[in-house]
Amino acid sequence: MNASITPITMPKFGLAMTEGKLAGWMVRPGATVRAGDDLADIETSKITNAYESPAAGILRRQVAQEGETLAVGALIGVLADAEATDAEIDAFIARFNAEFSAGSAEDAEEAPPEPSVIDVKGRALRVLDIGHGDGDPIVLIHGFGGDIGNWLFNHAALAEGRRVIAFDLPGHGGSGKDVGDGTLAFFSTVVVDLLDTLGIDRAHLVGHSLGGGVALTTVKNAPSRVASLALLAPAGLGPDVNMAFIDGFITADRQKTLIPVLSYLVHDKGLIGRKMADDVLRYKRLDGAVDALRRVAAANFADGKQTDTLRPVLESAPPTLIIWGKDDEILPASHAAGLPEAVTVVILPDTGHMPQMERSDDVNGRIRAFLAR
Amino acid sequence: MSKKSFRQAINEALRLEMRRDPRVILMGEDVAGGQGGSAGTVDAWGGVLGVTKGLYTEFGPERVFDTPITEASYIGAAAGAAATGLRPVAELMFVDFVGCCLDQIMNQAAKFRYMFGGKARTPLVIRAMFGAGFNAAAQHSQALYPLFTHIPGLKVVIPSSPYEAKGLLIEAIRDDDPVIFLEHKVMYDDEEEVPDEAYTIPFGEANLTREGDDVTIVAFGRMVKLANEAADRLERQGIGCTVIDPRTTSPLDRDTILDCVADTGRLVIVDESSPRCNMAADISALVAEEAFDALKAPIRRVIPPHTPVPFASVLEALYLPDAAKIEAAVKAVMNHNVTEAA
Repeated sequence: MNASITPITMPKFGLAMTEGKLAGWMVRPGATVRAGDDLADIETSKITNAYESPAAGILRRQVAQEGETLAVGALIGVLADAEATDAEIDAFIARFNAEFSAGSAEDAEEAPPEPSVIDVKGRALRVLDIGHGDGDPIVLIHGFGGDIGNWLFNHAALAEGRRVIAFDLPGHGGSGKDVGDGTLAFFSTVVVDLLDTLGIDRAHLVGHSLGGGVALTTVKNAPSRVASLALLAPAGLGPDVNMAFIDGFITADRQKTLIPVLSYLVHDKGLIGRKMADDVLRYKRLDGAVDALRRVAAANFADGKQTDTLRPVLESAPPTLIIWGKDDEILPASHAAGLPEAVTVVILPDTGHMPQMERSDDVNGRIRAFLAR
Repeated sequence: MSKKSFRQAINEALRLEMRRDPRVILMGEDVAGGQGGSAGTVDAWGGVLGVTKGLYTEFGPERVFDTPITEASYIGAAAGAAATGLRPVAELMFVDFVGCCLDQIMNQAAKFRYMFGGKARTPLVIRAMFGAGFNAAAQHSQALYPLFTHIPGLKVVIPSSPYEAKGLLIEAIRDDDPVIFLEHKVMYDDEEEVPDEAYTIPFGEANLTREGDDVTIVAFGRMVKLANEAADRLERQGIGCTVIDPRTTSPLDRDTILDCVADTGRLVIVDESSPRCNMAADISALVAEEAFDALKAPIRRVIPPHTPVPFASVLEALYLPDAAKIEAAVKAVMNHNVTEAA
């Protein structure tokens, strides 16, 4: 095999990803790329992501056509230097495809881990619990209207050498639809109940948006249970919230009306696909889901403002990392200003309200470094 | 959430609604699984294709009961029960049998709300299986949804997958008007992910199962799956198709159809029912009237010939739309201008 030929294969962006669609090439055949350049847009069941070139070279061949859906690991393109001949590249593609189709039959056994619904003090919670390690586990807490799928690009990366638990908050995803009084205090008791049920004394809490507010409230109410906080665009640090998003998320009942609402979530609007909207619609159709959302919104965003003020919690909180997208259209990044010096604040450029999806590698790396400090 | 068959999805919808609302009852030929059976033999079948299996055992003879083979009497009884406070789900078995009870549906159930000054409610669901592909011949293979769509006062639902079937059937049971719920008999073993919980899919809201820029395909029931297959093949050839599953023929989501035709400028309609006055004809008229200027090519219909459904399997295959026929129709509309210029 010619050493200068590099296969470009369908990436595995997240735990549950088994196939991806090549939404579009961003580099023409014959163009020279550097490692890290965007090669192609890959559409998954959740979001469209840019795939960065793993190496430098000339994109000699686009094996996958735009619009084609391929299994993870399948050949989508070939990178090589100018010296490799077309015949060598053809031979490389033929060999790769023969080996890949032979290998994929064996890999078929390895299904992605499935979440399970467990009983947490009388409450049904959908939980995805993966990874092992000596350190305190991580608990991932999603935001308003979210579910464990929000951590698609983070869960496995964070679970290298550590136990990481994602769960659907009550009223969300596959969990029971009783949201109590819908307040952050209610959800924080559920977090503590979950820790009790799983036999975890202390956990690192990673919270996104409303889930960040839940994590902060957990520090307030049960400080001994929280080892550290990593908060992504958290609620509770300022009054503003985009009510057009909150109200639109609750009321939009078809893809056409929901996609513009979901577009508030990201900086790059092209990331919001029909499938993502369909997933949200499927969740909202479940009996009780919309009522639960209304209750949570009423408890937390009455009169178009955030109800809870949690800035004082950070005065004496465990080590805290805050990551915020500069272009967040749901909760403004300005809420990260003026926090205690001990809090590490990272503002990511060209990023919206979902940094864990839009800048997953960056966010994963920063959380891992923060926990390893 | 787990993979469930079309059959299981329908069974689960019935079970969840019967648990939720004691007014929901089931009646029909063999829904309890064998009239005259004793303990152990009743419910052994659960309907001719096993859709209602287990419901008799859970809910008992007062809520799940077999009727004599007299469609006019039990569909009429179901309409009356609906008008007086129950929420019956009556199974007609093969939709072809509607001929025996059409008066009860067309002149009674469908008219109650109108004839009683808007004061009557008729929360009746009539389930029936339809469609060809089973070599069941001309009297057991028809796709009669245009017949029901023609009658004001009826809602007509054609689920295209297990997920769709569960959500649409729960919606049907909770609806206060008579709903005709038509299950394609070739689909009972189709499987997909279906939530365990109850959920509803509103009527009159089409679902886009594919999105593309070149051609709009409208398809119903089992034809949606075939249209998706064709769209996937065509996408690899560089032709992008939007596939619309209207979900209900009455009400019909006209806006989504017109919007998509405005975007693509080309329309193919796939309809398994007999071609005269069917949904393909109805939608063609709609688009010709409302979106004529958007059309870049004539509308193409992928439809059977105007003949009874043949029994012989080769003829039945010839009769039915399939993915290859849909693909050919899409290519024909794509080539319309090209041919003209040549």
